[in-house]
Amino acid sequence: MNLLYLTVLFPLLGYVILSWSRGRLSENLAALVGVGSLFLAAFTTAFVGYQFLTTPPEGGVFTQTLWTWINVDGFAPRIAFHLDGLSLTMLGVITGVGALIHMFASWYMRGEEGYSRFFSYMNLFVASMVVLVLADNLLLMYLGWEGVGLCSYLLIGFYYKEKANGAAAQKAFIVTRVGDVFMALGLFLLFREAGTLDIPVLLQKAPELFVAGSVTINLIALLLLGGAVGKSAQLPLQTWLADAMAGPTPVSALIHAATMVTAGVYLIARTHPLFLLAPDVLELVGIIGAITLLIAGFSALVQTDIKRILAYSTMSQIGYMFLALGVGAWQPAIFHLMTHAFFKALLFLSSGAVILACHHEQNIFKMGGLYKQIPLIYVCFLVGGAALAALPFVTVGFYSKDEILWETYASHHQWLLVCGWIGAFMTSLYTLRLIFVTFHGPAQLEAHGGHGIAHGLPLIVLLVLSTGIGALIHPPLQGVLPNSVGHEGGDMQHWIEIYSGAIAIAGMVLAALLFTGERRLAKLLANNPAGRALGTLWYQAWGFDRLYDLIFTKPFLWLSRVLASDLLDRVTYLIAALARALNLVAGAAQNGQVRGYAASITVGALLTLLVLIAL
Amino acid sequence: MLNTILPWLILIPLLAGVLSWLSGRIHAQAPRWIALAGMVTVAVLLGTHWPSTPQNSWWGEFQAPWIPGWGISFHLGLDGLSALMVLLAALLGVIAVLASWKEVQSSVGLFHLHLSLLLAAVIGIFLALDLFLFFICWEIMLLPMYFLITLWGHDAEGGRGRFHAASKFFIYGQASGLLMLLAIIGLAFANFSTTRAVTFDYTELLQTQLDPVLGFTLMLGFFIAFAVKLPAVPFHGWLADAHQHAPTGASVDITGLLLKTSAYGILRFCLPLFPEASQRFAEIAMLIGLATVIYGGVLAFGQTHLKRLVAYTSISHMGFILIGIYAFNAVSLQGVVVMMVAGALSTAGLFVLCGQLYERLGTFDTREMGGLWTRLPTLPPIALFFAAATLGLPGLGNFVGEFLVLMGAFKVAPEITAISTVGMVLAAVFALALVHRTLYGPAKSDEKIAAPVAREQLALFIMMAGLLLIGLYPQPLLDASAGAINHIQQAVSTTTATAAHFGG
Repeated sequence: MNLLYLTVLFPLLGYVILSWSRGRLSENLAALVGVGSLFLAAFTTAFVGYQFLTTPPEGGVFTQTLWTWINVDGFAPRIAFHLDGLSLTMLGVITGVGALIHMFASWYMRGEEGYSRFFSYMNLFVASMVVLVLADNLLLMYLGWEGVGLCSYLLIGFYYKEKANGAAAQKAFIVTRVGDVFMALGLFLLFREAGTLDIPVLLQKAPELFVAGSVTINLIALLLLGGAVGKSAQLPLQTWLADAMAGPTPVSALIHAATMVTAGVYLIARTHPLFLLAPDVLELVGIIGAITLLIAGFSALVQTDIKRILAYSTMSQIGYMFLALGVGAWQPAIFHLMTHAFFKALLFLSSGAVILACHHEQNIFKMGGLYKQIPLIYVCFLVGGAALAALPFVTVGFYSKDEILWETYASHHQWLLVCGWIGAFMTSLYTLRLIFVTFHGPAQLEAHGGHGIAHGLPLIVLLVLSTGIGALIHPPLQGVLPNSVGHEGGDMQHWIEIYSGAIAIAGMVLAALLFTGERRLAKLLANNPAGRALGTLWYQAWGFDRLYDLIFTKPFLWLSRVLASDLLDRVTYLIAALARALNLVAGAAQNGQVRGYAASITVGALLTLLVLIAL
Repeated sequence: MLNTILPWLILIPLLAGVLSWLSGRIHAQAPRWIALAGMVTVAVLLGTHWPSTPQNSWWGEFQAPWIPGWGISFHLGLDGLSALMVLLAALLGVIAVLASWKEVQSSVGLFHLHLSLLLAAVIGIFLALDLFLFFICWEIMLLPMYFLITLWGHDAEGGRGRFHAASKFFIYGQASGLLMLLAIIGLAFANFSTTRAVTFDYTELLQTQLDPVLGFTLMLGFFIAFAVKLPAVPFHGWLADAHQHAPTGASVDITGLLLKTSAYGILRFCLPLFPEASQRFAEIAMLIGLATVIYGGVLAFGQTHLKRLVAYTSISHMGFILIGIYAFNAVSLQGVVVMMVAGALSTAGLFVLCGQLYERLGTFDTREMGGLWTRLPTLPPIALFFAAATLGLPGLGNFVGEFLVLMGAFKVAPEITAISTVGMVLAAVFALALVHRTLYGPAKSDEKIAAPVAREQLALFIMMAGLLLIGLYPQPLLDASAGAINHIQQAVSTTTATAAHFGG
């Protein structure tokens, strides 16, 4: 297990090599470094994980300290890694799915300008993400947290020539930064109250330090939640994710679906003892998740860009994870995080393949009939989509989502359960819409499928993991996260399962009715005034962008424009003006006329006399 | 051992300056090498005498009589804080010479005389333990900078010209210096009235008993002088103009040296000399800091002149420094030291980059830039690095400083600190704006731009290495300053009781 640090070091080395080469490496060499480093990290993870599971360390935690980062007046965060069941699960997802995505990217990015720059950012991202999940204290986690944000920013703006991409990148960074600042405040408050930021100490001492439900702990949990909603694109900081799709598609798969956006879920799970002491905030987590999964689901339904549909579905799936956290279904939340990484990575990579096959077309209504031209991708979409829609028994998505819904019921959150069900219905509806519109119907363009191992292998591995086989992987969370309330469900659990399955299938059937053949019904719905209004509202994701533009961006731009010439500085020029005015007055006296001087001497003398007499 | 080298730390740059001025007639490049050698010598001299275990008290002292009648002596002292500052000064001196290598082609000897003179004055400020000596160095510092701006500056687009900027800088400096002089004399008088001894010696004046009103007034005299140089809003007007018109080397020195002297001054003089007054003033000072953070941040975003943009970012940083100082908390004060060093490196780095861009594009106007990613080899990722440092990315130096400052200040003044974190968002906004306006978007032309040569890269790599080191392992820096900072912190916090006694 002492090799744990290599999971950070390999990608970091890859980054250093690639960035120092400054684009002078050939594509093959760059791919070798970029992808190779990830596979090395993944193998290390497998090795370390094997050791961890076969010979578990004492207390279920292995800690590796590299050095003391800072040591000031009792504040001494270390650069240290903390491996337990939870971080191992995350590490596996990051390096495993990450390696596959890197491999796919080596095919996808072929011939693009900045090939090695792309891989250098990707490697740096993985290194930061691994630091985030392995961090033994919250400050180090914050390092990873900001690091992944920076890489996400760099990769969203990778195609830098388009102004819009740059804007999307900035938006992503700034919106998530707002969340990060909340998190930083949370850390300040935690440090003030607890005197440490070491996660194990903090969590262990939390029940002694804080009174359950007190203002302080509520505030801490709320601030941490602020960080989590920023990174995980949940209400009210969800607006950046859809625009983040401006980045290359493998980026969307890795960062904006499988790993970084789940960091918020990880943060809450990691600090769960704090949230357990703040039940009201925990409740809020669930409510945020429920609302986000609904609004994102509706938005996904009307998008036309293949990647934006997937982006909204990601938002919605993370909403499920938040919902799960909120109802105390800690383990299912992480389980869903893992399965989501499998099938969403599959869907995103497949959508990348579709986009390349269609010559960079992203509008699904300009595609159609693709199933004959790119059958492998079609199958990937079918399996991935089925997993997303939680098709009963055969897909991995069903197992994880079903657990969440069951726990929601079992913990007596009926309203949240209803939201979850509506969301499930929406999910199968928009997923099937995506598949029908893209792959069925009349063909509208000539598509060319990809070849080669780098293209096919990652897809096939992820495809297998997205089927029920993937559900055989049980994250080793026992003892790390609390057990949920409703484990012994009996009959009721089966009923919830049946309802959930039926709802998913109903959504699919409705999608088939709406989006196959002539799509008469769908057009009818979309074209009446009410449908059009709703459609526009959903298309613009409920107008959050416009709202924020109005209350934040516009006033800020106005203020910076007004102040640009430094208003306060202008004020100091008044002093200069005053001096000049005095100069004018005094200068006027020096006019060189003798009678003027004589008069002023007389007046002066008289005044002096008067003063003297008066005294 | 250390005692005897103290005067040399000032004399070496002075001598190097004169030598480089004279050598300009012999060989065109000679002044650069001589000035460089002078600054490197200072750094090496100090580095080789660095104590293996930084002690609490003064590392070394040097005293020679000067004007004994008035109790003025040539009293120098070095502790961890001043040692770090001197080292930083020497390092940035090197950077300034490197950055001016191609930019300055006229009167090369004279230019380096001024640069070295500036360095000598700044080091004098960091070492002076006599208030009169301190004041002399403080005033001398203005002169070389005035000439650096007027003689080698740019008459950039849209500005009022370099003479205007230099005069503004000088007047701000003079006017505020006058206040400080009055305060120094007032302090000496107050001391005289109780002890019947005329002295300007720092260690003796520390014992002065001041009544609250007088103490507060004198403290304000010092504070305003320092706030002007910091600069804190609303005394910041000179900075952006000065940067806009200054040559790159001078910009590096303004941001890296001049501004740091003021933070140093507050730490060394304002707090220990006037602990009660500082206590009472703390909240106002923190509010000024808060205003500075936000005002600087908003203004940075609105600039179209690259150097003005960077100038306002440094103003925003200075606000955090002010907040950190007046929190009087060991963590935040240590953070201030880290911020001073890291902020100097990151801002100087940005100014060097600005200079390199100017040499290639002939403009500082960001509207003329854009799309430089591929046109310009090597520099874009470096620019990104410095932008990331500026916005406080963890792993780089500024973050450590900022985080410690805020975390420490939060204990004392949670509201002000919480509001000031808006500055962290603003930092992201302006740092990204900087990157976007230069690197992103469609390229203005396809023409390739010359890659930076080894000398240019060297200057940048030194600063990048420094930022990374501070970001990941700031301990040597923290250890060095710990003793001095503890001293200062104790000086302020032990008087809490007395301050309460005075009803403050």
